[in-house]
Amino acid sequence: MTPLRHALTSLRRAKWPMLAILLLLVIGFAALFGPEVAPRDPNRQDIIARLKQPMQTDRRGTTVFLLGTDGLGRDVLSRLVYGARVSLAVGLVAVLVGGSLGIFLGMIAGYFGGWADDLIMTLADIQLAFPFILLAIMFLVVLGPGVVNLILVLGIGQWVTYARIARGQTILQREKEYVEAAKALGQGDAGILLTAILPNILAPLIIIASFNIASVILAEAALSFLGLGVPPTVPSWGGMLAESRDTLLSGRWWLAVFPGTAIMLTVLSFNILGDWLRDFLDPRLSAMG
Amino acid sequence: MLGYLTRRLLQCGLVILGVTVITFCALHMGGDPTYLYVSERASEEEIVATRAKLGFDQPLPVQYGRFLSGLLQGDLGTSLTYHTPALGVVLQRFPATLELTLCAMLMAISIAVPAGVLAAFHRGRPLDGGIMLVAMFGQSIPSFWLGIMLILTVGLGLRWLPISGRVPLLDPLFAGQFMTALDNFPKAIPYLLMPSMTIALFSLARTARLVRSSMLEVLSQDYVRTARSKGLSEFRVVVHHALRNAWLPVITMLGLEFGFLLSGVVVVETIFSWPGVGRLVFNAINHRDIPLVQAAVIVFSVMFVGLNLAVDVIYARLDPRIRLT
Repeated sequence: MTPLRHALTSLRRAKWPMLAILLLLVIGFAALFGPEVAPRDPNRQDIIARLKQPMQTDRRGTTVFLLGTDGLGRDVLSRLVYGARVSLAVGLVAVLVGGSLGIFLGMIAGYFGGWADDLIMTLADIQLAFPFILLAIMFLVVLGPGVVNLILVLGIGQWVTYARIARGQTILQREKEYVEAAKALGQGDAGILLTAILPNILAPLIIIASFNIASVILAEAALSFLGLGVPPTVPSWGGMLAESRDTLLSGRWWLAVFPGTAIMLTVLSFNILGDWLRDFLDPRLSAMG
Repeated sequence: MLGYLTRRLLQCGLVILGVTVITFCALHMGGDPTYLYVSERASEEEIVATRAKLGFDQPLPVQYGRFLSGLLQGDLGTSLTYHTPALGVVLQRFPATLELTLCAMLMAISIAVPAGVLAAFHRGRPLDGGIMLVAMFGQSIPSFWLGIMLILTVGLGLRWLPISGRVPLLDPLFAGQFMTALDNFPKAIPYLLMPSMTIALFSLARTARLVRSSMLEVLSQDYVRTARSKGLSEFRVVVHHALRNAWLPVITMLGLEFGFLLSGVVVVETIFSWPGVGRLVFNAINHRDIPLVQAAVIVFSVMFVGLNLAVDVIYARLDPRIRLT
């Protein structure tokens, strides 16, 4: 059975992971085809249709606001659809950036050892000494908010986890016969690392990445909530929650409930996916659970 | 033990030195920091004078040396909004934050440990599934959203708990006024409940899952079977034999969790208008008061490093298998 077939069979038996993947597909679809899916322009303000409750129509009775409108009369559903882009894009790209950096440094530390190992691991210890969100806040205050800065800060914040695991795994693989064989055949260090070791250490890293996307999306939402994320003109779930604070005391619940639910469901899906991947890719770990 | 402590202390010193380098670099990454200190309409002479006064015209290594020597004397620069030493401003707010964090920690442990143990004992049964499902949700809810929802439902809807404000507990305690602190205690609890629950939920969920898997591992050990076959009550088996060993990985996590809780306060304090360091940082962000943000980051990091050192030492005392050399 091919690995993919095996994965699909395993998925069919588990109902939560299946649900999580379906949900992620829906959110991914919203992110990719936002302009086609969203009922209105997410930034279109409509003073007459301010603070409409969910399911209410505008005065002419022609447009229905499924999830209501905000204080500027912008359609909440449309903003939610566009917000999926920010969360998914930032989550995926930041993990890709942090993951590649971490795996690269971790493999070098584990393979070569010596001073490179000491240097990289000391750097990792220093970074771990910072509560991460504070480090992110400090850099974003200085560099200024924005999507690129956000991705860089969140990505660099994640490299340590990958580096530690990649290092440990590389040390284990370094002594194996197949590495010896590759060396005897005259393959260079870069070739051995990329073609021999990397494929063999990828499984635990993929598991970590899935959980990591979840926590990066949470961090992105928190930073956007603090006004350090994407600019206010770009609709984002964290930003919508920040705006909802102003109307909270007057009981406009829908402005807080919908974006929060969107974040929760996305993060939950990635967490469930991570759990399933761990059981599937690394059965030794699931023996305990 | 002494050798180990010295090495760990040196390591901590190195880490804190690294923290100062990164914090220092952060200030200079945004360009010439002089412009933070002068008004937008300052003349060229004013800018040059301020730059010279604050030493920003010196080479970077010299500036870092000054930054470091200031740090050793407890000088972390002057807050741009308060116009007083930044460290003082941060430390003044610190008891409020510590209060919140400790309360959240207490909440997380006192719920997570029994929940994790229960789940482990009912492994594979509905109770286990239920607890783990709740834990999964707990790890996926953004803390600030939970705060907003609590304000909407418990605060504004049911009117059970106040949605903002604080009655000081630790401030009078640190000032030596025990009676005031004791007096304030019952009044302070309602204000503490919602914000600490908001901060605690994520750690609570993660710790419950950790306790469960740690417990499962211990329960399959031979000494637990021996204890059971001796005819000990299930309670004694759990508390005296299993829990004692299942604690170890949990304690290591708690040091990290405390740092995590500490950094969660920035958002949560803002939502509940809690007068601590978190809200201070939030306001400092809005005013681009970088020295104040720096001071807060350094105070939190030092606290975090010290705490993890303490956890390592406690860990070694609890687990005699670990020899500290």
